Amino acid sequence: MKKLNFPFTHEAVRELKVGDMVLITGKLFTGRDAVHKRLHDGVKPPVDLSNQIIYHCGPVILQDKKTGKYQVTAAGPTTSIREEPYQADVMKDYGIVGVIGKGGMGPKTLAGCKEYGCVYFHAIGGAAQVLAEKIDSVDAVHWLDLGSPEAIWELSVTEFPVVVTMDAHGNSLHAEVEKNSAAALKEVL
Amino acid sequence: MAMKKKPMKKAAKKAAKKVAKKAVKTTAKKPVAKKAVKKPIKKATAKTTKIVGGSDADLKTSLVELIRVTSAELPDDVQKVILEALEREEKNTTAEYAMNIIKANIDLAKKKSQPLCQDTGTVLFYVYHPVGFNQSKFTKLIQDSVVEATKKGYLRQNSVDSLTGENSGVNLGPGHPSIHFHEYNGASVKVKLMLKGGGCENVGAQYSLPHTALGAGRDLDGVRKVILDAVHKAQGKGCGPGVLGICIGGDRGAGYIESKEQLLRRLDDTNSVPSLAELEKEIVETSNKLGIGPMGFGGKTTLLGCKVSALNRLPASFFVSISYMCWAYRRQGIELGDKNQIKKWLY
Repeated sequence: MKKLNFPFTHEAVRELKVGDMVLITGKLFTGRDAVHKRLHDGVKPPVDLSNQIIYHCGPVILQDKKTGKYQVTAAGPTTSIREEPYQADVMKDYGIVGVIGKGGMGPKTLAGCKEYGCVYFHAIGGAAQVLAEKIDSVDAVHWLDLGSPEAIWELSVTEFPVVVTMDAHGNSLHAEVEKNSAAALKEVL
Repeated sequence: MAMKKKPMKKAAKKAAKKVAKKAVKTTAKKPVAKKAVKKPIKKATAKTTKIVGGSDADLKTSLVELIRVTSAELPDDVQKVILEALEREEKNTTAEYAMNIIKANIDLAKKKSQPLCQDTGTVLFYVYHPVGFNQSKFTKLIQDSVVEATKKGYLRQNSVDSLTGENSGVNLGPGHPSIHFHEYNGASVKVKLMLKGGGCENVGAQYSLPHTALGAGRDLDGVRKVILDAVHKAQGKGCGPGVLGICIGGDRGAGYIESKEQLLRRLDDTNSVPSLAELEKEIVETSNKLGIGPMGFGGKTTLLGCKVSALNRLPASFFVSISYMCWAYRRQGIELGDKNQIKKWLY
């Protein structure tokens, strides 16, 4: 089990390899479909994303009526491939060091990872409770006009469990499994 | 008042269920609830009124409880196959790691009574009712219950206007929640609920046979081929290991609806049509040889189950409709008692 601690750096993520199980401690920014589209459309992000990690996640958030404080009650990853058209550009334009999601991403993002020193972390899809437990606090919310699941939630996490499935060296577990399973499929058709 | 907080049962589920049932009865008998903290049962004097139906408030309470349990707890038949899958994976692999986190998540969600997965999905109700049942009134009460469950955080704000992108915030809107009514010759009302996340819904597929590229003709072998192709295409994107609901035949619309209804079957049942029973088994076995594994990490379990049925088709059409359900296979059901209380859990 490896550890990645805040502040994140491109150097640190370049050390990571496909198959590494990593515990992340620090800050995550949620961002999914609407955020990526808006960033890609050229709208400036409301926070500095350089050296940060974007988490493809639309959490269930409850707000305490008295204190106004937000609480995450469920926060697993959403399917990442929908951000494939945008992700590499977001890496380039805003200097992020990685993304967390599920299901993996395609060749454009893989090339982006290599070029801009990023890593794709795979969280366990559906494990919303285990992952929400790793969130210590909700520090801020931006772009709430996109709706709660689509907003940017700024989260502090401790030992958030992920697996590196695409590294900064051009390797992708998803491409490998896809290739092997395609060969296996051919055998049984 | 919630007729029953589902007991945190494990292996001894049946025994536990019986106990729970008794508990329900005893609570129900006490006319004035001891916990007056919440809303007391309205009909303290209603012992004599044997109205089938009870009050709307009672019904809403039962439906909200159904939503809570469905969102937070996996049915036993699903938990069982997940534990088997965990055992099957090789130690110290990412596949085993994924299954371990999945197991921990199931336990934690139940304990905390919070959504197992943050994507509480399409809210699909299946209502089985006697003749002469008021569907529009029941629809309204289901809608109210969904709003309430969303406020309580059992459901995520998950309904978006397709044209404006606006989130209704309460999970209501055209098509939401999805309610299917079925009339049947019985006296009680049964309500089944399935929460089907977007990730797995997105990897569903519909094939039209023959399919030249796959060499799939209009027969069961052709059906088998397109299903395996769908499993391969899904990779880990549908939060595998998953369960397939499949319909052979029908028109495009009916096929998809039926494929989802197949997911209402228990995983341990046996298809009454022998050729389909065989197909179901074969699909699971063959898919698990593809090596896609949990989350698409590679591994031994790609599918946890497969359920198939057939509808008639037109001579010109031959559709195979496939609904993929993620491991977070949230389905539950209740039978309503004569006071609209939860008389029985169906899974």
